[in-house]
Amino acid sequence: MPVSLASSKVIFNALKQCDVRLLSALPETWLVHLIRMADDDPETILVRLAKEEEGVGISAGAHFAGVKSAMLMQNHGFLGSINGIVSFAHLYKIPLLMLISYRGSFGERDPWQTQGGNVTEALLRAMCIPYSFLDEVESVEKRIRQAQTLAESSLQPVALLLTRDLMWEE
Amino acid sequence: MLRLEYLRAVYSGLEKCLVVTIMGATAAELHSLGHRPNFFYLQHAMGLASSTGLGLALSLPNQKIVVFDGDGSLLMNLGSLSTMARYRPRNLVHVVFDNESLLSVGGFPTATSTGTDLEGIARAAGIPAVLTVRTVEDFSSAVKNALDGSQLTTIVAKVEPTGPAGYVTDLSLVENRFQFRRYIQSLKRS
Repeated sequence: MPVSLASSKVIFNALKQCDVRLLSALPETWLVHLIRMADDDPETILVRLAKEEEGVGISAGAHFAGVKSAMLMQNHGFLGSINGIVSFAHLYKIPLLMLISYRGSFGERDPWQTQGGNVTEALLRAMCIPYSFLDEVESVEKRIRQAQTLAESSLQPVALLLTRDLMWEE
Repeated sequence: MLRLEYLRAVYSGLEKCLVVTIMGATAAELHSLGHRPNFFYLQHAMGLASSTGLGLALSLPNQKIVVFDGDGSLLMNLGSLSTMARYRPRNLVHVVFDNESLLSVGGFPTATSTGTDLEGIARAAGIPAVLTVRTVEDFSSAVKNALDGSQLTTIVAKVEPTGPAGYVTDLSLVENRFQFRRYIQSLKRS
């Protein structure tokens, strides 16, 4: 499977550097290494979800508890979480660090991913969610740190889109 | 049986717990008994009260967490039962007030009114301790046993579809959220 192990390691280590201790996740191809790393790490609480929206509540609970968290999901999982983001995270000013695999963009071969790719950025903008891209290894650590800093200072969701250039090797 | 009577019966036992409620009547009734800084009322995002309780329970394993859920909310997020069961935190007590109704939005009957069995669903999802109660006495002892014990417990409490006249309290949502977090941080320092 040509999911980049090297990039996944850089992302996971960057999250650890930011003191992220709880990760919620729903499996998707690009996230398999990240989820395994979280599972293997005794310092990280990994919560495997049934549906991504649960992660909004779990991250809110962790925030109340003073534990930094992040959400790993595909962009379709973001689409499925929108009510939770609006009517919990936005309504109650909850910081969320969302790492979203950006499927359905340039280079996508799976036809079923393509509609989600079309609307992801438009929805992030419509929801006033600040977002940036993880697209090259060199800037991953800094960008994750910046995203978490903004989420915590603004008390709102912030998104990082994991791109094919970073996550896929072929 | 009235939900308010159930809440009144366990109110004093909630002093040392972190409490998360769903929106509407449940929040308003608990608030009417006397707000405390350890109560968080999730006034929207139906379905996510149990997820919030799970996040708290996994983050604070030595702290008892009580979620007051409802049939309408839980039916919107049944997957939460499977996620809670997967990690089965020993410090989480999940109460579901089942009034077979979406009371807060006009009293429309939910699927529990036509035979959906939340106790059965919770048990089949893998929640280790599940029971249904129909009296204040049974409810009080079920909550006390769950708090004294060390098993993830779902208590389905059958209640009448009645609630208070209004749902808006004088506590702003954001004030509640900051107060709740500050309370938890003060526990860590003490």
